[in-house]
Amino acid sequence: MMDGSNQFGDAQTGEQKIRNFNINFGPQHPAAHGVLRLVLELDGEIVERCDPHIGLLHRGTEKLMESRTYLQNLPYFDRLDYVAPMNQEHAWCLAIEKLCGVEVPRRASLIRVLYSEIGRVLNHLLNVTTQAMDVGALTPPLWGFEEREKLMIFYERACGARLHAAYFRPGGVHQDLTPKLIDDIEEWAREFPSVLDDIDSLLTENRIFKQRNADIGVVSEEDIQLYGFSGVMVRGSGLAWDLRRAQPYECYDEFDFQIPVGKNGDCYDRYLCRMEEMRQSTSIILQAIAKLRETPGDVMTRGKITPPKRGEMKTSMEALIHHFKLYTEGFRVPEGEVYAAVEAPKGEFGVYLVADGTNKPYRAKLRAPGYLHLQAMDHIATGHQLADVAAIIGTMDIVFGEVDR
Amino acid sequence: MPLDIAALEELGATIELKRPDNVLAWDVTHGELNIDVTPSGIADFVEFLRTEPTCKFSSLVDITAVDYPERPKRFDVVYHFLSMYQNQRIRLRAALREEEMIPSITAVHPSANWFEREVFDMFGIIFSGHPDLRRILTDYGFRGYPLRKDFPTTGYTEVRYDEAAKRVVYEPVKLVQEYRQFDFMSPWEGAEYILPGDDKKDAK
Repeated sequence: MMDGSNQFGDAQTGEQKIRNFNINFGPQHPAAHGVLRLVLELDGEIVERCDPHIGLLHRGTEKLMESRTYLQNLPYFDRLDYVAPMNQEHAWCLAIEKLCGVEVPRRASLIRVLYSEIGRVLNHLLNVTTQAMDVGALTPPLWGFEEREKLMIFYERACGARLHAAYFRPGGVHQDLTPKLIDDIEEWAREFPSVLDDIDSLLTENRIFKQRNADIGVVSEEDIQLYGFSGVMVRGSGLAWDLRRAQPYECYDEFDFQIPVGKNGDCYDRYLCRMEEMRQSTSIILQAIAKLRETPGDVMTRGKITPPKRGEMKTSMEALIHHFKLYTEGFRVPEGEVYAAVEAPKGEFGVYLVADGTNKPYRAKLRAPGYLHLQAMDHIATGHQLADVAAIIGTMDIVFGEVDR
Repeated sequence: MPLDIAALEELGATIELKRPDNVLAWDVTHGELNIDVTPSGIADFVEFLRTEPTCKFSSLVDITAVDYPERPKRFDVVYHFLSMYQNQRIRLRAALREEEMIPSITAVHPSANWFEREVFDMFGIIFSGHPDLRRILTDYGFRGYPLRKDFPTTGYTEVRYDEAAKRVVYEPVKLVQEYRQFDFMSPWEGAEYILPGDDKKDAK
């Protein structure tokens, strides 16, 4: 009966024989942003049902974390959302610091803000430009990636790695920044708005870009609550919800920045929000640099959870023992459970940490914003054209490192 | 943030007052409100938290579980909620025995769908009334519940591409060396030194 036939064998018109078409979108599709497999049911070009199959990049991070020390677990966070690695580490450090009751020195706190915002620009640059590529523009990624390259060099100069930084540590950051690096970041931040203007001129008023994004994937305030959205998915629909402002962590309450919000909650407004957030982040970067120059000092709380200084290790036996014990046994985290969340570029990234008093986490749950966004795919994409699916995935900002974990 | 803690304590007391059947215990630790709830009434209680004007916990942040094999009620199912309107967070914990089921909250929060699938996938906890309780993150046809404490980190099967069969084949895990699990605990506290063949130790 599914094909419209009837039991009497009557003659049928062509119309009656039409049935819905099922297609596989991905897992190897350039617009799937990784390894997403969507099972789509199409009526002509209209999406009737959309079932995302995830888990193709599942690495069992949470299981692995249970058998490693707190410090060894830190680099796993770079590999979640690999577009903005340091923002994830931040959540892990905050969770540990909350349980241990450690205060981070002010300079370290400023460096964390500085690099979190660099991470935000990194993420939005990739997202805005590749989403533009999904809907047909070729130039934006070429221009955007040039800036990303510069930012990754700043990552490299701070911690030695372009991507998998392992720079934020419980109790501070791994190393201090050199004055030259701070100057270079400032120089970049002064020039960057003009590059943003260029990308802006390519896309914002572009007729094709607007036709592909405006009124596509509209998210209402009710959807936000029902599907647990966060980040730009919320702000694009007019709710000024930002954890940096609502539940300030680190020293974000000292910074002066605006929270851009959209009006219509469609893909185009989310694009505009991201563009404005990059400008705001640039301004935070400049403020952080000005504050950094006034605050010399240590970048780590010296104590049980952080290594001693190199110089001390050469002269003090206790410091040497401490260093050895820290990097083999690791530090103990007092018993308890906490949830620590940061405003990652994609939304609320949280860590639920259950500690049992040993040197390894008893259970760590990573709460990725993309997981909830992708879950709502069926709700948002239904009724849209097949081509809009790519645009919607693009503005949901999905990276499979964090969705699959 | 002492002000926040006072507000959370007030909230905890109000919730206990209004829903004494659901709340087993509550506390505020590390500036977070924890409520232990009964599993059977969870859907009703979550609906209450969502609609009650003083709570408005309308965003589901996370659902996960924690495995404590030594406890008779082996699992803790943990729910996190956020209220964007009151700017507060809450954590619910429901203890479950291994064979017990917990009602699904997908009717209240559609976003619970994948979280419950994930908890089912990872811990084998069944959510009654869930519309589509399939595995989500693990491989098609996977067996076992990886995040239970008795599941080995290496797993049971490994895959490789078989040149002769021209397909990916599943085989039992063969490790070239034993899986290394170092005991870094300090010898003065924690580590147990067992001398193999030392039978006379207890006789002394």
